[in-house]
Amino acid sequence: MDNGSIIIKLENITKTYPMGKRELTVLKGVNININKGELVAIMGPSGSGKSTLLNLIGCLDKPTSGTYYLEDKEVSRLSGSELARIRGQKIGFIFQTFNLLSRLTALSNVELAMTYVGGIDRQRALEALAKVGLSERVRHRPIELSGGEQQRVAIARAIVKNPSIFLADEPTGQLDSKSGEEVISILTSLHAEQGITLVLVTHDTNIASHCQRVIQLKDGEIVTEKKI
Amino acid sequence: MKKWFGTLNTVWLGLSTHKLRSFLTILGVVIGVASVITLMSIGKGSTQQILANIQSMGANLISIRPGASMFGGVRGAVGGVRTLTMEDADAISQQVPDITAVSPANTSNLQLVVGGKNTNSQVNGVNPEYFAINNINIASGAFFSADEYQSGSKVAVLGTNVATTLFPNTDPIGQQMRMGTIIVRVIGVLESKGAGFNSPDDGVYIPLTAMQQTVAQMRTPQGGRIVSTITMTVSDSSHTQNVIDATTSLLRTRHHLSASADNDFNIMSTEEIAKTLSQVTGTLTLLLGAVAAISLLVGGIGVMNIMLVSVLERTREIGIRKALGARDRDIWSQFLIEAALLTFAGGIIGVIFGWATAMLINRLGVMSTVVTADVVIMAVSVSIGIGIFFGFYPAWNASRLNPIEALRSE
Repeated sequence: MDNGSIIIKLENITKTYPMGKRELTVLKGVNININKGELVAIMGPSGSGKSTLLNLIGCLDKPTSGTYYLEDKEVSRLSGSELARIRGQKIGFIFQTFNLLSRLTALSNVELAMTYVGGIDRQRALEALAKVGLSERVRHRPIELSGGEQQRVAIARAIVKNPSIFLADEPTGQLDSKSGEEVISILTSLHAEQGITLVLVTHDTNIASHCQRVIQLKDGEIVTEKKI
Repeated sequence: MKKWFGTLNTVWLGLSTHKLRSFLTILGVVIGVASVITLMSIGKGSTQQILANIQSMGANLISIRPGASMFGGVRGAVGGVRTLTMEDADAISQQVPDITAVSPANTSNLQLVVGGKNTNSQVNGVNPEYFAINNINIASGAFFSADEYQSGSKVAVLGTNVATTLFPNTDPIGQQMRMGTIIVRVIGVLESKGAGFNSPDDGVYIPLTAMQQTVAQMRTPQGGRIVSTITMTVSDSSHTQNVIDATTSLLRTRHHLSASADNDFNIMSTEEIAKTLSQVTGTLTLLLGAVAAISLLVGGIGVMNIMLVSVLERTREIGIRKALGARDRDIWSQFLIEAALLTFAGGIIGVIFGWATAMLINRLGVMSTVVTADVVIMAVSVSIGIGIFFGFYPAWNASRLNPIEALRSE
């Protein structure tokens, strides 16, 4: 490790899926370093491998070849349950479709994130919901909340674990522009105030403009990488 | 601890969301467990009743009945031939050791008439020892004495049912009664033993000597006075087998049976009768239990079916949980505990229903039922086991889901 502040280091990562008899190569040797506290956008057309890359960074999947260091620890060869532990402790996911459990209240959804790491701490869950401005709606179920509010519950669910990195897959993709801006402003202020590391996949250049660095992917390769 | 609470909380959420479905799922287990409890309680109840009846006949009792001789390869029915005699009984009491009492008896169905009332009853010619041997007690009056026996007095002791039929409003003691062709004097009424195996309530007892003089004068070709049974008591139950062996060889000698011939009499101790009967009822109980267990199995298959559907329906939830850090085995245990908890609840409800049914059957007097702790514990553990067994595959299916695909599913 040449730099102690590097939190994510991807070296020559490839990912190949079997498609019947042929193989589909989604990532063709990707190299990325992301520093602690950085705000990075990954952009690119559909099928360019953005989501696959995000899943790999999020330890939901393993690369076919290449090496992945997360906080100086190689995670590309870990077993399923070790990956699950890393997901639980170090990764905070924010999905396009929110992925809240519909039968649980906002509070329970946030607490769910603590079920698999250390146990439920109601006080911390309430604090997390306060940070996203939902103190008044902790007992509401997702169906009783607007899209923007649901995504804010999902952000609270991610921050309650105090993870090393936040991964957001088109977090505003299903929101109207006003709620979208709200969500982005929450994320950027979390970044500004608490120095969180955030990697987000987006189509929206406006959102990308909030980021310190934009990585353009095309056909499984990085085409441009520009710092703003 | 905290972690377990979390898992249980998770499981409870899964179950409480679909209350009706959860209930319907376990209905099969409920019915299965309830029928196991009920049927086993009926089986156990009848076993206990039979054993209690036999116990009331008297302990350390050995009875000999004629019959079981072979006629051209066909075994004669028990009691079908008359081979036991008074002389056999005398020989046994003189020659077989460790016997406390021997009582030959003869029975005959006779009409009893008192005034305008009459009834048919089994009249037993017995000796005074018979009552003690068979645990029969007197309610009023007295048994006939040794003197009355020796002299062949025409006196009778009545079973309670006979007494109430013939003497509904009067004290039967001292009354005259016509029995077949002779007149007897009633000297005692017996204590009731309730309906059951060989109950004395419907019988009449007179001295065997009186019966032989007046009622049934039957003799073997050799001139022996025929009796229909010989009962005897053993001084200690440890001697029972010796007494049976000694009596058997004595009777075989007296009846001139060749070494290869079967016994022409049937000798059995109450212990043996009890053992045989409890074996029969035990088998019956097991059979009933097995039939009920099949419905438990069907219930288990229902649980598996619903669990598979539930896993499919909650694919996305599984994906979310995995993204949040759930390991395969967390998901696996969640669904397994869910299935086990479902069937456990089914087991508990089933026990309550089964118990209530058993109590009802008992209360209505249809049959006597006994619910024992071992059956309850077994039924509940089996129902948990069914949950684990039939939940295993669905839970395994759930745990193996790829989180990325699971998150994408709708």
